[in-house]
Amino acid sequence: MAIAVKVMKRPTDKISYLRATLQGLAITFRHLVAPKWTMQYPEEKSQGDWSISPRWRGTHRMLTDEQGRAKCVACGLCPQICPANCIKLVPGEDEAGHRYPLIYEIDEFRCVFCGYCQEVCPEEAIHVGVHYENAEYERGRFVYDLERLCAQTYPVSTLWDPSDAKGE
Amino acid sequence: MTPELKGLLLVGSLKVTVGFSVLLLAVAFVTWLERRVAAWIQNRIGPNRVGPQGLFQPIADGIKNFVKEEVLPAQADRTLFLLAPAMAFVPSLLLFAVIPFAAPLPLSFDFTLPVLGRFVHTGVVPMIVADLPIGFLFILAMSSLAVYGIVFAGWSSGNKYSFLGGLRSSAQMVSYEIGLGLSLIPVLLIVGDVRLTEVVAVQQRSAWLVIPLTLSFMFFAISALAENNRLPFDLPEAEGELVGGYHTEYSSMRFAIFFLAEYGALITMSALMATLFFGGWDIPFTRWDQGEPSALKWLLTLGSFVGKTFFFVFCYIWIRWTLPRFRFDQVMALGWKFLLPVALAYVMVMAAAVWTFDAMGWEYGRLYAWGLFVVNLVLGGALLYGLDSDRLIWGQRLQREGRM
Repeated sequence: MAIAVKVMKRPTDKISYLRATLQGLAITFRHLVAPKWTMQYPEEKSQGDWSISPRWRGTHRMLTDEQGRAKCVACGLCPQICPANCIKLVPGEDEAGHRYPLIYEIDEFRCVFCGYCQEVCPEEAIHVGVHYENAEYERGRFVYDLERLCAQTYPVSTLWDPSDAKGE
Repeated sequence: MTPELKGLLLVGSLKVTVGFSVLLLAVAFVTWLERRVAAWIQNRIGPNRVGPQGLFQPIADGIKNFVKEEVLPAQADRTLFLLAPAMAFVPSLLLFAVIPFAAPLPLSFDFTLPVLGRFVHTGVVPMIVADLPIGFLFILAMSSLAVYGIVFAGWSSGNKYSFLGGLRSSAQMVSYEIGLGLSLIPVLLIVGDVRLTEVVAVQQRSAWLVIPLTLSFMFFAISALAENNRLPFDLPEAEGELVGGYHTEYSSMRFAIFFLAEYGALITMSALMATLFFGGWDIPFTRWDQGEPSALKWLLTLGSFVGKTFFFVFCYIWIRWTLPRFRFDQVMALGWKFLLPVALAYVMVMAAAVWTFDAMGWEYGRLYAWGLFVVNLVLGGALLYGLDSDRLIWGQRLQREGRM
């Protein structure tokens, strides 16, 4: 069966190619002189209208207590829930019986930035951060160890609140 | 060699070297301009990182292209493949040789160099690389040679998309050659000489040729768009359909040479429009620039020429980022069914008008030009009325709103 192609009849009495062309030129000229939208990135960072959402999920940050120790109690929930299997946790225990992480590493290359680790953490220790400048010169630098996770200072991501779905 | 001959040779070679270097620099500048204007039209900023306002971006691009790997496709016809970029590049540069770009410069020197001896030059230097007696016939010949570069590139690549691009360009450029030629005949009717210096001189004495030959200018502008493969007639490249058209298989500096050829042709065509229809290096509303040559006059007329040329370059870029690409049959129909008969009819009418005016004993001058302008106005009105289905620019809207 032949395929029937529907051919639209042009409303030739209603259109003017010349006018359309001139209108098009006028539109492009208006855009030519109009203010530009580009953010000059390395000089201008995200702010104002361009600011990133407080719910942005970037590279991780480990919060610390008053003594500067990681809040983590090495419960093992975050490596358990991590869908990308990017958290390496070896728990340890001090003389007082407090559990703490001997090794806590996050491979930021494997991470899918779902934020489950932050959601599941009972101690509010591990967080995803509101941060996007992650460039490194070596691949190995993308495995963040505990010291580095604790040293980060950028704000942490705000979790989605079902009772305030739009974040208002 | 006499010192005078050596002086003449020195001036000539300087003119060639400086002229073409400046042209190449201008080509680089136009690639930057294209990207900036494109960005502005799209509410972006465009390349502004390398140098002030990104002006050195073309140099960075050039260095990048030089150090890139060059690929020779296994299926390619080696000789033609390597020859094609030069074939495209040389004619677009040679075209510029016959365009006068400023008022003559008075230059006198008398000096002696260690080995080469004494150089003497007195009098004025005409600011044209080669004032050929065949003038714009040379331009027509050279601009039709440029198509060979593209056809060779398309054919020798051994790639069906390149081949289609070459095929399209040969059809398109050959068709629009006719429009280009026919739009120049009225210029010939009025000026009576093909030398571009004479064309400029006549325009300086009376009025710019765009006034008596408005429609001719329009035909020329449309044909030049098609000759340069600029949007809306960039069928040979058509990156949406043919990958990159004729230069799909080219990489590194050979690709860049095609790029340079395209922008070189763009500048040359704009310069031609300025020369043929907008008085060349003439400064409007004054006769001061026609007097005794001086360095100041040279500089100002050069500025006037560059300004006019870049105005048309800007218009080309502006049109490129406004209009979508034509379908191939539409391009051909426009060339053969519209431009050819209409331009031919226009040549007839202009010939009749010029003959009538001459028979009435008028000398070519202001009045003559404006008389022909009225003829143009009538012809253009009739043409657009018949052509544009909305009856001129505002007709239908005025009717709808009950104002007509």
